[in-house]
Amino acid sequence: MKALSPLLAVLAIVGFAVVGGHTHAGLVFLAVFVPYAAFAVFLVGFCYRVARWAWIPVPFRIPTTCGQQKSLPWIKPASLDNPSTGWGAFRRMALEILLFRSLFRNNRARLHDRRLVLGEDRYLWLGALAFHWSLLVILLRHLRLFVQPVPVFVSVLSRLDGAFQVGTPALYISDVVILGTLVYLTARRFRNPLARYLSMPIDYLALFLLLGIVTSGLLMRFVVRVDVAAIKQFALGLAVFRPVVTSAITPIFLVHLLLVSALAAYFPFSKLMHMGGVFLSPTRNLANNNRSKRHVNPWNHPVKTHSYAEWEDEFRDKLKTANLPLEAEDARQITGH
Amino acid sequence: MPDKLLAIEQKRPEGDWRDAKVEFRKGTICYSAAPKNITYLSLPNPREWQPFDADWKLPPNWKEIILKGMKERLRKYRSFRLFMEICVRCGACADKCHFYVGSGDPKNMPVLRAELMRSVYRRYFTLTGRLFRALVGARELTEDVIKEWFYYFYQCTECRRCSVFCPYGIDTAEITMMGRELLDLIGCNINWVMEPAANCFRTGNHLGVQPHAFQDSIQFAADEAKEITGLPIEVPINRKGAEILFVMPSADYFGTPHYYTLLGYLMLFHEIGLDYTVSAFASEGGNFGLFSSHELMKRLNAKIYEEAKRLRVKWILGGECGHMWRVFHQYMDTMNGPADFLEPPVSPITGTHFENARSTRAVHICEFTADLIHHGKLRLDPRRNDRWNVTYHDSCNPSRAMGLLEEPRYILKNACRNFHEMPENTIREQTFCCGSGAGLGTDENLEMRLRGGFPRANAVKHVREKHGVNLLACICAIDKATLPTLMEYWVPGVEVAGVHELLGNALVMTGEKERTTDLRGEPLVREEATRE
Ligand code: HEM
Ligand code: SF4
Ligand code: SF4
Repeated sequence: MKALSPLLAVLAIVGFAVVGGHTHAGLVFLAVFVPYAAFAVFLVGFCYRVARWAWIPVPFRIPTTCGQQKSLPWIKPASLDNPSTGWGAFRRMALEILLFRSLFRNNRARLHDRRLVLGEDRYLWLGALAFHWSLLVILLRHLRLFVQPVPVFVSVLSRLDGAFQVGTPALYISDVVILGTLVYLTARRFRNPLARYLSMPIDYLALFLLLGIVTSGLLMRFVVRVDVAAIKQFALGLAVFRPVVTSAITPIFLVHLLLVSALAAYFPFSKLMHMGGVFLSPTRNLANNNRSKRHVNPWNHPVKTHSYAEWEDEFRDKLKTANLPLEAEDARQITGH
Repeated sequence: MPDKLLAIEQKRPEGDWRDAKVEFRKGTICYSAAPKNITYLSLPNPREWQPFDADWKLPPNWKEIILKGMKERLRKYRSFRLFMEICVRCGACADKCHFYVGSGDPKNMPVLRAELMRSVYRRYFTLTGRLFRALVGARELTEDVIKEWFYYFYQCTECRRCSVFCPYGIDTAEITMMGRELLDLIGCNINWVMEPAANCFRTGNHLGVQPHAFQDSIQFAADEAKEITGLPIEVPINRKGAEILFVMPSADYFGTPHYYTLLGYLMLFHEIGLDYTVSAFASEGGNFGLFSSHELMKRLNAKIYEEAKRLRVKWILGGECGHMWRVFHQYMDTMNGPADFLEPPVSPITGTHFENARSTRAVHICEFTADLIHHGKLRLDPRRNDRWNVTYHDSCNPSRAMGLLEEPRYILKNACRNFHEMPENTIREQTFCCGSGAGLGTDENLEMRLRGGFPRANAVKHVREKHGVNLLACICAIDKATLPTLMEYWVPGVEVAGVHELLGNALVMTGEKERTTDLRGEPLVREEATRE
C-alpha cells in the first residue's frame, strides 16, 4: 500500500503538534523555531534549485512546436503554440503558467473493439487549474495576517472570494474548490489504474499534506474557532522577528502551522519544484526561430569528423572512373598555370 | 510478418514498475551493433553480444562510467536536469505514446520510460534519494536496470508526442537521447543505428554508396525522368559554383517508393531551370547520429556545411526527410555553423527571401515548392493524380520540431484533387509516429514496429473506410521505408508516396511529350474531368 507511509508521516506531524504544544518549551520550539527553520529551508532551497537550473547551459534550441511555423509570408503561423519571437515565447509561457495550455490538450486513448478512440478528457486540466488558482487565492488572502494595514487588493480579493454569503463566517469559494480538487486529485491517484501504477509513496505526501492543511484551516474557521485577532498578533510578531508565544496558539492552530512548515521545508526537495522549473523548460520557453537566428552552445566541443579531403583520398579511383571533379587535381592544375 | 493479427489490449498494469526484469523476445527488440561499426566510429567497448544473452560483457567499471556520464550530462544540458526533477507524475503523457497504446506495456508510458532513468538519478544525485530510497522512488543501478534501459530506450522513437501534452513540456525523447548516449558509453547500442552511422561517416551516406555508384543511381533516375517526359534532364554532381546545394536522404536514390520522389525533384528542378548541384560527399541528409549521441550527430552533420563551402554554393536546399530536418532545423547551425560563407536564401525563380532560414541558410523543399506554386510559377494538372485518394501523414520531426504543417498540404492540394485529412487528434502536432523512427525500423523489430504504428494505421483505416483513401503521402524517408509494411499489415490497399512524387506527376513541363504513365510507370488514368 503505497499511500500508507505518507499518511503515517502526516499523522505523525499532527501528533507532534497536539502533544508537543503542552509545554512552554515545546510551544516555542513548534510555533517559533520550526516555522522559521522551515521557511529558511524553503527560501534557500528554492533559490538554490532554481539558480542551479539557471546556471546549466541550454546547448540547443529545442522548442516543441505545436502549430504552424513562421515561414512564407502568406501562411499564417501559430504564433502562440509555435512562437517565432521572444515575445511570442513569453506569451506561450504565460498561457502555460496561467492556464495550463498543454494540459488542456489532454485526451484519452481508449480501445474499442480493436479501434483506437481518442476521447476528450479535460477533467485533469480543470481540476489542476482550479486547485492551483484557489491555492494562489488562499495564499494571498493569508497576507492579511502578516501585513498591517491589510493591503487593499487582499481585502478586495477576500470580499470577492466570499461573495456567496453562505452562513457566518462566510464560506470562501476558494476553500470549497481547493478541498474538492484535492479530493479529486487524490482519488485520481487511487482510482485511475495508470496513475496508481506510476505513483510512488512520495506522490501522496504532497497531497496529504495539502489536504491536512486545508482541513485544519477549515476546522479553525467553522468548528474549533480560534481567536483570529490574537493569531494575527502572533503572525505579525513572526513577520518582524519578534515572536511572542501567546495562548492563541491552540492545538488545532499548531497542527495547521506545523503542516504548513512541513510542506515548506519539503518543497525544495520535491517535485513541487515544478513551480520554478516550469519557467525554465527549454521545450517551451524558447522561440522557434532556429533557422533565422543562430543559437550558440557555450561548450560546443570540437569532434572528430571525416573531411572531404580524407574522403576524396579514399575514393580517388572511384571518383576518377566516374569522371567526377577532384580537388587535389584541381590544385595541381592551379600550380601548373 | 506475424501471421496472426496482433492483439492490441489495454490491461490494468500490475506489480511494481521498479522491478527491472525484462524479457527479450524476438520481434520486439533490435540486435546489437556489430563490433566493426563501433570500431570504425572509434566508440567504446566493441564486442560480440546480443540482448538475449545473460551476460552482456559490460566493461568491469560500467557503473562508474554510467554515473560519470550522467553527472557530466546533468551539467551540460539544462533539459536533462530539469526533466529529471520536475515531473509531477500527473500521467497526462501516459496514453499519448504510440508504443504504450500498441504494446499495452505500462513502462512504455513516457512518464515511466523517463522514471527508469529518474529512479537512478535520485539514488545517486539527490539527498532524498540517498536517504529514503524506495519511498521516493530511488533505485540501485544494476545490470538489470541497464538491460531495462536498453529495452525501453530502444522502444521510443524520439517522436516528442508526449512533450506536446506535458504541462511542463517534459520531452521524453530528450531523456531517451541521454539514455542512448549513456548506453553508448558502455557499448550497448544497436546495429540498425550504428551501421548506417558508420557507413555515413565513411562514404557520406547511410547505405555506404560510393561515389561512382552514387553517380550511377542518380544517372539512372535522370534517364528515367527523361523517358517519362521526353526532356533532356541532367543532374549535376559535385559541381562548383552552382547556386544551390541540394541534399537529400540517401533512401531517395536507393529505396522505393522514395525513388519516385527523387524523380519528382529532378523534374521540378529541370522545369524551373534551377542552378543546383547534388554532392557525392554530402550524399546523405539523414543523420543516425541523432539516434545515438549529440557528438555523433555533430560528426556526421559536419559534411553538409563543409561541402557547401567547398562547392561555393549560395545556399542549401533539403529534400524530404523527417529526422534530417530535425538536425538541419534545430542543431546544424549551432553545431557546425555559423554558415557565414553562404548567403541568406532567395528563391531564384520567385525572388522570395526565405527569412525564416536566413541564418542556417537551408530551405525545406516543401517551403521552396509551395512558394513556387503560390507565385504561379508551376503549371499543374492535378487530374494526373486522380487514381489516388490522398491523406497526409505529418512526420514527427517536421511537425513537432519545426512546425512544417501547411506547406506540404498546400502542395498536395494543388497537385491532387482528392485529399482528406485524418482525424484532428492524429495529425499536425498531435501526429502519431510511424512506429519505426529513431533507428528502430529494422525487420527483427517488426512486431514492436507494427504495434507502435498501430495508432497511425488506425487513423488511416478510418479515412480509408470513410473516404476511400488509398494513398498516404508523407515527407520522411523513414516513413516511406516503413509505412508500406505498416499499411500492408493493418490497412491493406493503401500505398505510400512522397509529396514531390505527386507534384512530379502533376507538373506540366515545357516541351514534354504526352505522358502515358505516372512516375511509378503505371498507366495514367484520369477520372473524366467534371470540374475545371
Ligand atoms: C507557477 C506555479 C505553478 C504551476 C504553473 C503549476 C502547475 C501544475 C500543473 C500543470 C500540475 C499538473 C496537474 C496536476 O497533477 O494537478 C501541477 C501539479 C501539482 N502542483 Fe502545481 N503548479 C504551480 C505551483 C504549485 C505550488 C506552489 C504548489 C503547492 C505547494 C503546487 C502543488 C501541486 C501538486 C501537489 C501537484 C500534484 C497533484 C497530483 O499529485 O495529482 N503547485 N502543478
Ligand atoms: S505529463 Fe509531464 S509532468 Fe505529467 S507525468 Fe508526464 S512527464 Fe510527468
Ligand atoms: S518521444 Fe514518442 S515514443 Fe518516446 S516516449 Fe514520447 S511519445 Fe513515446
